[in-house]
Amino acid sequence: MKTEITRRSFLKQSSLVIAVTAFSNPLRLFNGSPAQAAGKLPFKPHAFLEIATDDTITVWVGQTNLGQGTHTGIPMVIAEELDADWELVRVKSAPAGEAFKDPLWHSQFTGGSTSIRHRWDLLRTVGAAARQMLVEAAAQQWGVTAGKFTTENGQVVYSDGRRLSYGKLVETAQKLRVPEKPPLKQAEAYRIIGTSRARMDIPDKVMGKTVYGIDFTAPGMCIAVIARPPQFGASFQSYDEPAAMAVKGMVKVVPLEGRIAVCAETTYAAMQGRKALDVKWSPGSHPDLNDDTIDAAFKAHLEKPGAQAKNDGDVRTALGQAATTLEQSYKIHYISHAQVEPINCTASVERAQCRIWAPTQGATTFQEVAAKLTGLPVERVEVNILPAGGGFGLRGDASHVTDAVLLSKALKRPVKVIYTREDDFANDFFRPASQCRIKAGLDKEGGLIGWSHKVAAPSVWSRLAPGMVKNGVCPDAVSGVWDMPYSIPNHLVDYVMVNLPIPVGFWRSVGFSVNGFAVESFMDELAHAAGKDPVEFRLAHMGKGSRPYNILSLLAEKGGWKRPLPKGRARGVAVNACFESFAAHMAEVSVGKNGAVTVHKIVCAIDCGTAVYPDAIRAQAEGGAIMGMSTALHERVRFANGSVKTANYNDYPVVTMSEVPEIEVHIAKNDLKAGGVGEPVLPSVAPAIANAVFQATGVRLRELPFKKDLLSKG
Amino acid sequence: MITINVNGSPRQVDADPEVPLLWALRDHLGITSVKYTCGIAECGICTVLVDGEAQRSCIVNLGDVQGRDITTIEGLPEDHPVKLAWIEKQVPQCGYCQPGIMLQTVDLLARVPNPTEEQIDDAMDNLICRCGSHPKIKTAIQYAAAMTARKGG
Repeated sequence: MKTEITRRSFLKQSSLVIAVTAFSNPLRLFNGSPAQAAGKLPFKPHAFLEIATDDTITVWVGQTNLGQGTHTGIPMVIAEELDADWELVRVKSAPAGEAFKDPLWHSQFTGGSTSIRHRWDLLRTVGAAARQMLVEAAAQQWGVTAGKFTTENGQVVYSDGRRLSYGKLVETAQKLRVPEKPPLKQAEAYRIIGTSRARMDIPDKVMGKTVYGIDFTAPGMCIAVIARPPQFGASFQSYDEPAAMAVKGMVKVVPLEGRIAVCAETTYAAMQGRKALDVKWSPGSHPDLNDDTIDAAFKAHLEKPGAQAKNDGDVRTALGQAATTLEQSYKIHYISHAQVEPINCTASVERAQCRIWAPTQGATTFQEVAAKLTGLPVERVEVNILPAGGGFGLRGDASHVTDAVLLSKALKRPVKVIYTREDDFANDFFRPASQCRIKAGLDKEGGLIGWSHKVAAPSVWSRLAPGMVKNGVCPDAVSGVWDMPYSIPNHLVDYVMVNLPIPVGFWRSVGFSVNGFAVESFMDELAHAAGKDPVEFRLAHMGKGSRPYNILSLLAEKGGWKRPLPKGRARGVAVNACFESFAAHMAEVSVGKNGAVTVHKIVCAIDCGTAVYPDAIRAQAEGGAIMGMSTALHERVRFANGSVKTANYNDYPVVTMSEVPEIEVHIAKNDLKAGGVGEPVLPSVAPAIANAVFQATGVRLRELPFKKDLLSKG
Repeated sequence: MITINVNGSPRQVDADPEVPLLWALRDHLGITSVKYTCGIAECGICTVLVDGEAQRSCIVNLGDVQGRDITTIEGLPEDHPVKLAWIEKQVPQCGYCQPGIMLQTVDLLARVPNPTEEQIDDAMDNLICRCGSHPKIKTAIQYAAAMTARKGG
């Protein structure tokens, strides 16, 4: 996949990637838990896995627990190849460390639906290697070589019936060489992969015991909230330090570059201190920036010549020869992550080390940032990854680790930086807005012969890693367009970069959720123009028997695409291909006289290769359906007077219980490499709903969130 | 010093009466299962029970609950039907909102032991779960209600 290759090449060239020497003690837990017994045991064939003499198996997971289920899914993959007794498997969170970096991206990053997808071979090999060593250990202990060894449920079994549990073999096993290429199981032999185990993090979450980043307390710590410019490009001119210091519990006011930290013994005191600080700011650099001028800026950019992202065949000739041509524009507004746990980070800068505790999606990025700020080598920076209250891409950003480290250095004590909800909305790295114009041509038989697509959008990569932008094309801004799951002989994609002061970042399914709406809505328009059934039309432009073809077919079959509907209800479909997976959605809607859209049902079909942990896939698909629906119906960040106007959830409604439809999830069965899950379950939701609304009303919605006044019949 | 009864024990808090209960519980008593999210009673994630009734602790002043009974998620027994249902139905994703949502559920089931789907929608509609665990929340509420009914509780 194109984005895949380019992201990989980014990680090779990025200055963020620093070759580090092996972490001296990569597995130390933040709470000093005596997980590591002294001496040679437990048996530890890899940083991910240890087996103790009492048979317990500990899997160390270096990914962030965002509730996506990988803290159970990763142990499942290892336990499968190990033939472990699942009841004896435990999971622990590993801090930032070389061993836990993504083997493809060379960064310990949790995002891009990579946790299992990028470790599919690695995780299986870890389990299989340990298993092979335990078998060899059994052979040594029993003094036998001939005969047949098998493993089952945490035991090595010899053909004469003798058996020993893994714990009884680890002392011998730990002296053996770790095999590099142990044989892996065939899918038919799986007995853990593909089953739904109880998620290991759930009991603590239900009992209220989970310590999220914001809950973490370091001894002697103080809390900081930061006064940041209310308008883009503003700087502080004066502030009332004595008034702030008069607040009970205040510790110190610390001016940083362009912002002022208010540090106190408690969170509430810090918040009150910031209010009392009464900062006077200079006017911002873009006082005229507001919803209208932003809209106009995107429109104007769409008229400019773009950089060519793709040019297959000859679109101009194809469109000239087409029996029917269709042209439309689509508009997608900025949205916020609105993850429930506000951004936070705790740092403790000490004489010869720095410790970080954060619900971060970018553990080694945090490590590198803190190392740079403190002048310490990375191996002296310990980053403890705490469970996160949602993330959706935002938590890879490291601006708040900078604040925490600088403040801990200044105050010589641990500091926890907390965003208020208002800070969170005002300082988000938003999902980029985007406008596009698409022109496509159909031949006499309704076949799609040409597709010309121009995108005007900000570039996430130009902020994070400018080297990713090649020949003026940001790969993220055109993802889902230049790699849409259709074969189109003549396909032109142009991109115009929009540069506004509004910071943008990765948001669940990244560019696919933005462009997926335009592409899949326009496919629907084309199907109707061709007089074809929207499912049939899509299938006609996919390779027969290809994975997108099969998943759309599965959706149509399981979701009852052709089944009759109650009066007033209509269905729409959409499909997407991203993160090595394929998903399709069907929405069933009705539209009230006042224009209110009711989504009655969403059906999701997903082919994510080997379905490692079906319950977690279903949970992600339900969440993706609800979040996708939320972006369709409600979500939009507003701007006014050169600043973010949206301040809190009362300005930013999201889908809540009464709107949640019936959701059905169908998982394709195959034994291919495990693909992504968290992201592919989102991009086709909003277009499926819009397409259903068109079916119900004849009104085409070409804006996200939907412009509902188009639907009210006055 | 202000005394509140938290999960059955009297606790003294050295804070001003206008400090929100949320921050008194989190920062002064270290009960971090009570979560900060919006601070304006919009999301319901900081919900606790005050004398058995669900309240949003971010807008309740400490001084107003002096001497009253506060229940946080730790105050429910581990075998409470709502906790058992949440585990059985594997409800949480990130889980951050769940203590508040579970306490809102306790409030609902105390008033309406066997809620209809509409009653659940109505009672749970002004709570935010960004992960989208709503279908599982609904199933778990129904399961907890059935469990309670079976127990004759």
